Amino acid sequence: MIRRRTILTGGAGLLLAGCDKVIQQPTARKILFAGEDMQKGLQRALMDRGALAPEYRRDQMSPIFRTNGTRNPGTPEYAALAANRFEDWRLKVGGLVGKPLSLSLRQIGEFPARRQITRHDCVEGWSAIGEWMGPMLGNILKAADISTRARYIVFTCADLYGGQPYYESIDLIDAFHPQTILAWGMNGRMLDIGHGAPLRLRVERQLGYKHAKYLMRIDAVESLANIGLGKGGYWEDHVDYDWYAGI
Amino acid sequence: MEAGTPTEPERAPEGAGTVIRRHGWVTRIWHWVNAVAVLILLGSGLGISNAHPRLYWGQYGANFDHAWATLPHFPAWLTIPARYNLAISRRWHLFFALVLGFGLLAYMIGSLVTRHFQRDLRIRGRELRPAAIWADFRQHLALRFHDAHNPRAYNLFQKLSYAGVVFVALPLAILTGIALSPGMNAAWPWVLDLLGGRQSARSIHFITATALSLFLIVHLVLVILAGPLNEMRSMITGRWRVPE
Repeated sequence: MIRRRTILTGGAGLLLAGCDKVIQQPTARKILFAGEDMQKGLQRALMDRGALAPEYRRDQMSPIFRTNGTRNPGTPEYAALAANRFEDWRLKVGGLVGKPLSLSLRQIGEFPARRQITRHDCVEGWSAIGEWMGPMLGNILKAADISTRARYIVFTCADLYGGQPYYESIDLIDAFHPQTILAWGMNGRMLDIGHGAPLRLRVERQLGYKHAKYLMRIDAVESLANIGLGKGGYWEDHVDYDWYAGI
Repeated sequence: MEAGTPTEPERAPEGAGTVIRRHGWVTRIWHWVNAVAVLILLGSGLGISNAHPRLYWGQYGANFDHAWATLPHFPAWLTIPARYNLAISRRWHLFFALVLGFGLLAYMIGSLVTRHFQRDLRIRGRELRPAAIWADFRQHLALRFHDAHNPRAYNLFQKLSYAGVVFVALPLAILTGIALSPGMNAAWPWVLDLLGGRQSARSIHFITATALSLFLIVHLVLVILAGPLNEMRSMITGRWRVPE
């Protein structure tokens, strides 16, 4: 009787312990990681291309919108830009574009801005609601005359992780989504350093780590293979986060 | 029995010691697929919980907001993987979420077609009479879990707990899980409205997982009390020996 009981309850424990062994097998790992593509395929099939993330009222906003990730890039270059209130900062738009751009904050401010109160969901589980303001990324890509060969947009940031700039990438479905904006304003003010000044990405149908802060460069590319370690983002490269962070 | 209900042909009850066919193949396959999925989802879910062990109510919730519950740090022997790694916990969780969801869907369709639900899980009015509930309770205390006149049938508490898991807890775990996805919030905003916001959904997700864990414990204890080899065999081969 004791043995039977041990087998029965021990089975569950073995399963949990076995999972760590299983994931060291390359094939098992591949199958498990294919879950990301399944989730992405399912979500894209169920979702209108332009389906909007929920937007909220002012009275539904978080009283305090916490900062996370890099709170200040802290490099001498960034400190110099910040000291000058980002007058000398330029956003470079390049890669597969007909007309590379170098935009000052003022020039970005001349694009029509979208104002949206949306929810920011961290991969850890918390959520904060804030108001964001900035031009639609799609309009900037159109102004740069993006090539039809481009399939992804890569964002390179001023903050360093392991000596390399933080980077992230999204596909063109999200890049041309109406709520995907380059925010220079937050909660009725200019974006502060803690939240990614002078400019950050908002890609509202994905988790927080996709929303690159401290933007320096935007590149249209055909493939992510030769950027970083090839998985499309710092966390994707280094700690197995999903590239598609819609869940 | 209500009018219009198809009646089973009358037959002599199977006596103690007879081996009968207890569980159909749809039930057996799903039971084990689902058992693996639930255990992995619970383990990886505890790993994910460790990333931010606070529960909130409403649309938003983060460190400066009021948390209605602060969860313990779940020890490594309970989590998948057996060390803190949010990315890998999420990989396990999101893959087996699909196994759980589509497995449940297939099982529900299969069980409607084979009439397993209609035949075995339907609770009749007479079972809910206080005297019947009391009698079933006393049978449980005496560790008699089947009706000698109809050993194949589930008792009332089995029906209630199985129906609760199949039709309430598992669907709620799936729905609240869907509500946590910012992509699905755009695709199906009604889910978020129904649950009262993402942080409420996250809290309900955790409560549902707790309820499923309690079911799992009681389920395992009762399998052991009812005779683990006979019960296990019935869920593997379908064959079950009617106890004394």
